[in-house]
Amino acid sequence: MPLEAPQARRVLEGILELRDVSKYFGDLAALRGVSLRIEPGESVLLYGPNGAGKTTLLRTLAGLSRPSEGRALFNGRDLRQDSAELKSKLGFVSHASFLYGELTARENLKFIGTLFGLRDLEKSIDCALELFDLRRRADESVRGLSRGLLQRATLARAFLNDPEFLFLDEPFTGLDANSTRKLEDLLVGLPKRGKTLVFSTHSFEQGAALARRLVALEAGRLRYDGPVAMAPIESLRAAGKQ
Amino acid sequence: MQSLRVVWAIFAKDLRVEWRHRETLSAMCVFGLLVVFLFSFAYEPGREESLRLLPGLLWIAFAFAGILGFNRSFAAERENQCLEGMGLTPADPGAIYIGKMLANLFFLGIADVVVIFAVVLFYNFSFIPTLKWFSLIVALGTISYVAVGTIFGAVAANTRMREVMLPVLQFPVVLPVFIGAIESTTAVLRGENPSAFAGWLKLLAGFSIIFLVLCYLLFEYVIEE
Repeated sequence: MPLEAPQARRVLEGILELRDVSKYFGDLAALRGVSLRIEPGESVLLYGPNGAGKTTLLRTLAGLSRPSEGRALFNGRDLRQDSAELKSKLGFVSHASFLYGELTARENLKFIGTLFGLRDLEKSIDCALELFDLRRRADESVRGLSRGLLQRATLARAFLNDPEFLFLDEPFTGLDANSTRKLEDLLVGLPKRGKTLVFSTHSFEQGAALARRLVALEAGRLRYDGPVAMAPIESLRAAGKQ
Repeated sequence: MQSLRVVWAIFAKDLRVEWRHRETLSAMCVFGLLVVFLFSFAYEPGREESLRLLPGLLWIAFAFAGILGFNRSFAAERENQCLEGMGLTPADPGAIYIGKMLANLFFLGIADVVVIFAVVLFYNFSFIPTLKWFSLIVALGTISYVAVGTIFGAVAANTRMREVMLPVLQFPVVLPVFIGAIESTTAVLRGENPSAFAGWLKLLAGFSIIFLVLCYLLFEYVIEE
């Protein structure tokens, strides 16, 4: 029997789905017929060589990139029509910092927090700065921060709204050993709190220790989608080296 | 209410960024002053000649100062893909547009005032007798120009030849605004009856409203990929 609308909505709550998604940049196909379903509380590692389509997949899931073909859905609704609900619950780390160089880390967080409409903004900012050991450098211009500190500020921005969904593209880039360990500890704990984590990294070992599900891409196509423990690691690595 | 907070946050952020590097406003004012200064050498600023040439000169200075401002306005957004970062928040894209537009309007408004003061000094020309109508025309023309310039600034920011693309994209669209602004400025400075330029004023007001509403609605498509 078909579900009533409210029931159907409850069943789909927090589910992200790609249905036969392809994305083209001119003649170049970044994604080809990718279908995925990500449930709340899942931790998903995106793995693949450079140019496999990991970044495009993350951007499509976040509603930043519109599929050329197929559909991206959140709670059963097309992200093309309605992405505001997902965005209010989303933390996103990309190759770019999304931070203004002329402003301090604190000013950047305050600005973004206002755009998110956060209620207790000062507290959220302090928490995010504390989480990434940035309190002492919070009032320095972002332009003057080192690569590692900039990445920590970028992560603080992504965690500012205590997001339900975290999409992280190479989040460990530029971090020192101590910061890497802290971020790993933080990411491991997210699914236990019901948060959905989708991230990419070039280190399979590092990613596999943090995720339960592996989505491997090659030339825009889904090569493997399943538990990390069952993944054909050697053949995926070999593909990555080619 | 949240949209108003977003508008204010973006406006205040743009002012703070400009206060820190002081590039946009100074470049706009210097460029406007340069146009006024060079023209003052080109002809003897007698009263009749001034009345004939000043409207065009003023709007050329405003137009070029604006182009510089719109390009710079999105340079900061482009640097770390901050415009995309704003698109990752649930903020209404229309509110983001209004915030950017108000900041651009503030900067071009200051540049307009600087250019007008320079005209008063270099051409020994007084705007006092026509100040009310002249101010209204400058305000309406500037609002229309900034409304279009802000959205095309965002479009051009994602292109390779952005400095070239912005005027190429923008000027055909705002041409009626400049024609209306120059015609009405000429009539006002000549001391003509308001009924003589009421049509141009209505055109400017109409364009301001249409451009603001259209750009508010379309900005969503500009900030997405």
